[in-house]
Amino acid sequence: MSIFEFFQALFQYEFLQKALFTSVVVGIICGIVGCFIILRGMALMGDAISHAVLPGVAISYMLGINFFFGAVITGVLTAIGIGYVSQNSRIKHDMAIGIMFTSMFAVGIVIITMMKSSADLYHILFGNVLAVRMSDMWITLGIGVLVIGLVVLFYKELLVSTFDPTMAQSYGLPNKWIHYCLMAVLTMVTVASLQTVGIVLVVAMLITPAATAYLLTNRLSVMIYLSALIGVISSVFGLYFSFTYNLASGATIVLVSAFLFALAFFFSPSQGIVWKAHKSRKNRLELLEK
Amino acid sequence: MNEALKIDHLYVSYLGNQVVKDISFSVNQGSLVGVIGPNGAGKSTMMKAALHLIPRDKGDVEVFGEPLKKWRKRIAYVPQRSDIDWDFPITVFDVVLLGTYPKLGLFKRPSKSDKEWAYECLRTVGMETFSDRQIGELSGGQQQRVFLARALAQKAELFFLDEPFVGIDVASEETIIHILRDLKKEGKTILVVHHDLSKAESYFDHLLLLNKNMIHYGASEEVLQPEVITKAYANQFSFLQPKGVNVTS
Repeated sequence: MSIFEFFQALFQYEFLQKALFTSVVVGIICGIVGCFIILRGMALMGDAISHAVLPGVAISYMLGINFFFGAVITGVLTAIGIGYVSQNSRIKHDMAIGIMFTSMFAVGIVIITMMKSSADLYHILFGNVLAVRMSDMWITLGIGVLVIGLVVLFYKELLVSTFDPTMAQSYGLPNKWIHYCLMAVLTMVTVASLQTVGIVLVVAMLITPAATAYLLTNRLSVMIYLSALIGVISSVFGLYFSFTYNLASGATIVLVSAFLFALAFFFSPSQGIVWKAHKSRKNRLELLEK
Repeated sequence: MNEALKIDHLYVSYLGNQVVKDISFSVNQGSLVGVIGPNGAGKSTMMKAALHLIPRDKGDVEVFGEPLKKWRKRIAYVPQRSDIDWDFPITVFDVVLLGTYPKLGLFKRPSKSDKEWAYECLRTVGMETFSDRQIGELSGGQQQRVFLARALAQKAELFFLDEPFVGIDVASEETIIHILRDLKKEGKTILVVHHDLSKAESYFDHLLLLNKNMIHYGASEEVLQPEVITKAYANQFSFLQPKGVNVTS
């Protein structure tokens, strides 16, 4: 199927429009939040929180409430738990992350297999963007507006506390609160991404576009825009491949973003290893000629 | 003269070890004070605890007779270079602009005049031609000057610098000490953690000599007396004893 036919289908099918809209929003917010996650050295934390959302989602299903609430509660509880364990024992931060998130994830799997068919589990874990309902779309859009609003309003505070937490603290910014708010935002982003990429692959959408942008610019503001753009491109092309070849949407979206990362890794004008190698080779040759 | 900073019986412990013991001193407005002492003497820890950046076991800190909290936005802190992520996507100018953030408060962005002021501060430290560079591309001395510019941009009353002269070039060191003296003339109060005794007397008017305990606090020439210095550094030279050299307090 050509891109042209994909666009035709897009006008024809409402489910595809919903899927595209949701994945674009997810691409944007994952890209934005991912920048702060990687610059704070919390890539692993992002993985943990996204997995820890599972029991919350399962319990919400059981209680018949919107899974948004359950997810935020278990996500934030896990973040607090990780902080508590690593600060109050010789257990290191990465060990605490490994213990807490796998346990939470296991609890989630047990609950889901106890109550429902495994089809639901599969969709939560790996996403099924073509089955996005109207209500899911609104939740995603709401989370998107909230996340963008928070980042715009608190951009200054996020920048200082990420770049120089000591300075932030010395003039009275509540670093701890900023950290836990970011964790709450992270759980919301995970919820928004549930149907597009699924729990297991959310972390890729958080880290890969942001890391790609990180290789391309020296300004945080530019990095955020670039990262969001890369997220959108990955979502659109990922959806195209998913729809055309009948593949899992989460996987195709993540693969497109990984491909973009590889491009930046090799060909970024300032950081790309191809240019670096080329430059040092040129330098060596010039020295030889002298 | 106005008392700018008063520290009263400050104690700090780390993992159950007492690293700062019973430190009390006060600094008059317009002084340039060096905090000196051997490695592991708790110089940086003392400074961080004084600024409430790390928890303390005991001890009050007053700034101009009021609790430190009231003065937080008027206190500039220049961290050790090792505390900064130099790969962070931020330009030299934007680092200096951070200095205008404390007084802006929530939701406000730096205005045109804030930006002009930040550029002015960058010019003061002689780094204006580097304003668009990523901070990691600079040399150590240049980085230190940029962070000093950020402190200037904060229009602070008190300046705390943690080891600003470590691993930097002579020109940058000259520039920095020159600016610190200018600040002193304007009535600002400056505390500098420093470990190079050779320049301590020429740089600072007062010295605080630490070795976990407070050894001495006073005018520089008074602190740099052999018997006073020996008290702080004695156990650093215990390795000389087998060679027959005895340094005791």
